[in-house]
Amino acid sequence: MDADIKRTIILDNYQDAKNRGVPLNADGYIKINSNNQSCIDNIDIYVKLKDNVIEDIKFEGEACVIAISSTSILSDMLIGKNIEEVKTILKNYYNMIEERDYDKELLGEACVYDDIYKQPSRKTCVTLFARGIENIVSKDK
Amino acid sequence: MNRDDFTILRDSNLVYFDNGATTLKPDMVRERIDDYYNKYTSNIHRGDYQNSLMVSELYEECRDKVRDYINAKHSSEIVFTSGTTASLNDIVFGYFKYKLNMGDEVIISESEHASNVLPWFKLQEEIGIIVKYVSLDDKNEITIDNLKKAITNKTKVVSLAHVTNVIGDVRDIKSISKLCHDNNILLIVDAAQSIAHVPVDVSDMDIDFMAFSSHKMYGPTGVGVLYGKFNLLQEMVPRNYGGDMNAIFTRDGYMELKDIPSRLEAGTPNIEGVIGLSRAIDYISGIGIDKISKYEHELRDYLVSRLKELDFITLYNEDNYSTTVAFNIKGVFSQDAAIYLDKYNICVRAGNHCAKILKDVFNIANTCRISLSFYNTRREVDLLINVLKNSKNIWEEIL
Repeated sequence: MDADIKRTIILDNYQDAKNRGVPLNADGYIKINSNNQSCIDNIDIYVKLKDNVIEDIKFEGEACVIAISSTSILSDMLIGKNIEEVKTILKNYYNMIEERDYDKELLGEACVYDDIYKQPSRKTCVTLFARGIENIVSKDK
Repeated sequence: MNRDDFTILRDSNLVYFDNGATTLKPDMVRERIDDYYNKYTSNIHRGDYQNSLMVSELYEECRDKVRDYINAKHSSEIVFTSGTTASLNDIVFGYFKYKLNMGDEVIISESEHASNVLPWFKLQEEIGIIVKYVSLDDKNEITIDNLKKAITNKTKVVSLAHVTNVIGDVRDIKSISKLCHDNNILLIVDAAQSIAHVPVDVSDMDIDFMAFSSHKMYGPTGVGVLYGKFNLLQEMVPRNYGGDMNAIFTRDGYMELKDIPSRLEAGTPNIEGVIGLSRAIDYISGIGIDKISKYEHELRDYLVSRLKELDFITLYNEDNYSTTVAFNIKGVFSQDAAIYLDKYNICVRAGNHCAKILKDVFNIANTCRISLSFYNTRREVDLLINVLKNSKNIWEEIL
C-alpha cells in the first residue's frame, strides 16, 4: 500500500474515529480498560456480546494516533463477527505486527500497519485495542 | 551558558528540554567517576590502606558539601539514599509509620509526584492515617489560606514538593513551614525539582525532612539525599540492617547500631554516585544558584512569549512562576508531538509526568513538558518554534 494512502487512512481513523464514545446505555456491555504501561495510551473498551457474536463496540480514552486509529479500524472490523472469527483476525493481526505470515485479505484496511515493525516502540500502541479485546473474548470461553 | 562543560552538548546538535526528568552531566562529574574506577577503586569505612582512606574522605566530604549547599546545621543530618523516592519512602516508613496513629491526617496536594503520594496511600492502608489534599487555586498553586483551611487538629504532617514537576510553581516553603510549626505539624519537602534551579535553605525555611536526587542536579543517577533535623533522624528506624551500620552484635541477637547517619546507610553505598554528586555540587556552586535561577526564568519567559505567537499551541501554565512549560499542539496527542520533535533531535517529555491525579484538576491527562536548564539557549527556543511552525506536516513526518 502506498505511504500516502496509508497515512490518509490512519489519519481519517484518528481524527474521526469510528465507534468512539461511551455507550449511551452501557447495560449489557462488558467494559475493559487497556493501557500501555510503557507509555501513556489509555482507553476504555465497551463490548456487547450476544450469542457469541460481537454486536457492538465502543471506546473512549486518550491515546496516540496509532493507538486510536488502530482501535477505530479493528473495532469496525470486529463488529458482527463471532468469537472464533475475532480470534482468527487477531491472530493474523499479531502475525502482521510480528512480521510473520498473515492473511492480507482478511485484515483489509488494518494492513496500513504492515510496516509498523520498523518502529518497535509503536508495537504497544498498535496492539492497545487488540490486547483489550483479546481479554474479553478469551474470558468468554 | 556553560555549554562547553558538557561533552554531549559539544558533540551533538541535541536540544535537551527534559531537565525535569534528568539533567545532563558535566565532564567534571564524569571525570571524578572515571578516576574512582581508574585510579582508586576501594570500599569506604573499611580499609587501612591509602585508597580506601582517601575514598572514605571523598565520600564524607560530599556530606559536608551537601550540608553547606542546603545550609543544614550538621553533616550528620545528611543521609545518602538511592534517590528522592527512596528518601521519601524512608521518611514515611522509617519515621512516620512509628509516629502516626489511626485517624491522623497527612496533607499533600494533587500536583505531587507519585513518590510523595503512593507511600502515604500505603501507610493509610497499613495504619489508617488519612491522606488529605490541600485545594489548589485557579493557577493550580497552593495558597497559605487554602492550607490553613485544610489543617485540622488531626493534621500531623504536611508533605509537599518545593517545585512541582508539571506546573513548576515554586512554593513558599518558609511561610508554609511557619504555619505548620505554629500548629505542631511536621513539614516534609520534596526538593527533587527545585534543588538545581532555586536556592534551598533548610535552616531558613525551617524544613523538618527533605528529599532530593543527584541526577536532577547534574550528578549521577542512583544517589539521593535524605535530610532530617538531627532530633528527628535520631528517632528514625533503619529500613535496612547489615554492614557498616552496626557497632556491635553478638550471637544471642544483641546489637548496637552506629550513630546517625551511618546506621541509616546499611551496606556498601553508591560510592561513585556520592563522590560524583560532590563534583556536581562544586559545579553548581561554581556558577551560582542565583545566577542559574535568574537565567532559567528569563529563558522561560522568552519561551512562553514565543509559544504564545503560535495559535495552534495550548499553554497550561503560562501564568506560573516556573522554569517548565506544559503545552499541547491542538489536535495532536502529546506523545505524537514528542515523537515529531524527536525527529529534530528536540527532547521533550510527553505524558502525565508521574502526577496522575493532577488530570482531575487540569481536565487533561497528558501534556508535553519542557523543563529548562541553564545550558538551554534562546537559539534552541527559536529552533523549537520553527519546528512547531512546520508541524502542519506532523503526520507526514511521523506516519
